Amino acid sequence: MTTQDRLTISRESKLDDAGYKWGFSTDVEMELAPKGLNEQIVQLISSKKNEPEWLLDWRLKAFDYWRKLHREDSEPRWAKLRYPEIDYQDIYYYAAPKSFDDAPKSLDEVDPEMLETFDKLGIPLHERERLAGVAVDAVFDSVSVATTYGEQLEERGIIFCSFSEAVQNHPELIKKYLGSVVPYTDNFFAALNSAVFSDGSFAYIPPGVRCPVELMTYFRINTEGSGQFERTLIVADEGAYVSYLEGCTAPIRRTSQLHAAVVELVALDRGEIKYSTIQNWYPGTKDGEGGVYNFVTKRGMTGDDAKISWTQVETGSAITWKYPSVILRGDNSVGEFYSVALANNYQQADTGTKMIHIGKNTKSTIVSKGISAGHGENTYRGGVKILPGAENATNHTQCDSLLVGDQCGAHTVPYIEVRNPTARLEHEASTSKVSDEQLFYLMSRGISEEDAHHMIITGWSRDVIKELPFEFALEAGQLLKVSLEGAVG
Amino acid sequence: MLKIENLHAAVTDSDEEILKGIDLEVNAGEVHAIMGPNGSGKSTLASVLMGKPTYTVTEGDITVDGDSIVEMMPDERAHLGMFLAMQYPSEVPGVRPWQFLKAARDARDGANGEKKMSVRAFSKLFDEKVEEVGINPDLMRRSLNEGFSGGEKKRNEMLQMAVLEPRIAIMDETDSGLDIDALQAVADGVNQMRSPSRSFVIVTHYQRLLHYVRPDVVHVLVNGRIVETGNAKLAEKVEATGYRDYVAVN
Repeated sequence: MTTQDRLTISRESKLDDAGYKWGFSTDVEMELAPKGLNEQIVQLISSKKNEPEWLLDWRLKAFDYWRKLHREDSEPRWAKLRYPEIDYQDIYYYAAPKSFDDAPKSLDEVDPEMLETFDKLGIPLHERERLAGVAVDAVFDSVSVATTYGEQLEERGIIFCSFSEAVQNHPELIKKYLGSVVPYTDNFFAALNSAVFSDGSFAYIPPGVRCPVELMTYFRINTEGSGQFERTLIVADEGAYVSYLEGCTAPIRRTSQLHAAVVELVALDRGEIKYSTIQNWYPGTKDGEGGVYNFVTKRGMTGDDAKISWTQVETGSAITWKYPSVILRGDNSVGEFYSVALANNYQQADTGTKMIHIGKNTKSTIVSKGISAGHGENTYRGGVKILPGAENATNHTQCDSLLVGDQCGAHTVPYIEVRNPTARLEHEASTSKVSDEQLFYLMSRGISEEDAHHMIITGWSRDVIKELPFEFALEAGQLLKVSLEGAVG
Repeated sequence: MLKIENLHAAVTDSDEEILKGIDLEVNAGEVHAIMGPNGSGKSTLASVLMGKPTYTVTEGDITVDGDSIVEMMPDERAHLGMFLAMQYPSEVPGVRPWQFLKAARDARDGANGEKKMSVRAFSKLFDEKVEEVGINPDLMRRSLNEGFSGGEKKRNEMLQMAVLEPRIAIMDETDSGLDIDALQAVADGVNQMRSPSRSFVIVTHYQRLLHYVRPDVVHVLVNGRIVETGNAKLAEKVEATGYRDYVAVN
């Protein structure tokens, strides 16, 4: 049971290379469980990972719940997304690489188109510098492979490892926090993830510790016809700080692939978590064939004086269904959401956030930038909820759409619920086009049409991109450029 | 250097002809003023010279050093050393003036096979020109033209001209809407840049800028045609009598 794909890229270690990052698959031997989803598969996944009884029970409860939702046909359909029915029995739910020792050593067989993309992105083949100072946990299909910088983090009591390892080595933490922010009953895809999640990342920062490096995970889907269901759990204990980066890639496939992840963030009193994502799953062909269906539940919960900040640049996926949210439970806590979502060709994105204000003096900021090009459809869907106890809560929402061409769509769907009269909410929204005047202005100074478009679009996205860590910001700018190729001119 | 022959131009995708046969030759080092009433086609001429897609050349030719530029994109014209100071410069959110001008300079140098300026060398040049043009340095930390007053926008155009050092500088009513200080600053900018190898085409409704920048040649443009050409005295005559006589005849 091996995949038939060709080699990727030479690599000197398993992690710090470009080979994980982009759209091609490796010919690593895979171990696959049969397609389809049933109780036996859930048990198999759990036993492969040597999980404790309580976790298996949790998975089985989640599976029961998901089966009920599936029977009742409760897959969410309220998003402005159109896609064919997903056949949940036609997906591999478990795929583990048998060995990494046979990792490819040569560039000769790399897809030339991919090399060209590397060129365009200006990314060196060995990305060691880039990853210097960044601890990486790479989730390759389902099994997390290894973590660098482990020892350095260990000295400070920081735990950063694959979710599976955490289950083995820190079961008390997993038991305490798993499902505490996103219970398996939360929604259809969260239930599915809870039943079959394969791996993911776990981070724990002890009280008062500031994590000295940015923690990073690269996710990629490799096996054809496989789903990917990662589970990420990050806990910043009292007064702790961590900045966490997540990168996503998938190889080019003719068929669509399902990705249903869950991310839970817990920021205890005075804790702070900054979570940055560059989502570059395979978006499908120019004609809308294939691509990743990305149904993700991301949510954080704050203690008193805590802060959770989501920043995302979404350029990939055929379908994006994603609403990174913050439950502002603690008094004086802060929630932020900065997003650039791009929908080109036939991509569809329905993304936004929910800010749920429970504590007093809670504050949330939402800056959403949606870029639509080609036949892309981009929807911002955001909820701001002020509960009765949330005295003096404030929210500022800024929601901008940019249209490139005349075949695309931009939509804004804000939900606002205020149950405390002291709340202050602001909502700004705008829709604009890259104007011919702007283009002419830049071109008249010698800048090419393509670069002018790119400059206008990244400038327009700047409020979000500047929230990203520096290296990630550069990559985000380049990704926007590559993702928009063919849409302009 | 710049030669315009029997130039006809219309609004793209329409039959609305605005330029109806213009002939003009601008030699190296010369300053030409193009004056005319509203709606005469002055601004259209400036835009057409720079290749704005809003207009299409329907007849005639524009050449620079003998080569036709009619088929060239605006960026290619810029690479030849052409520059248009806009009447209404666009605002570009999130793009810093420094970043914009560095990209512009690099694009031109790259197209001409020259070495790109280092960040340090460019920053030095940029800071010098900011001071020379007298634009508020705080504005340079903002997005391009965003929240700039009318006068600040025009000064910013002069800054761009100073940094890009064009061979052929076209100014589209740069003087309109300026107070006397700003007008003086624009004039200083032009006068400082006057050189035997650089030409200016100054499009203006009023003569006031020409009090400060003495043109070598003045053209009066009415209804898409040049109806009179003369020296600086012609501008004074226009100021005294207005365009009424020309409009009546043409």
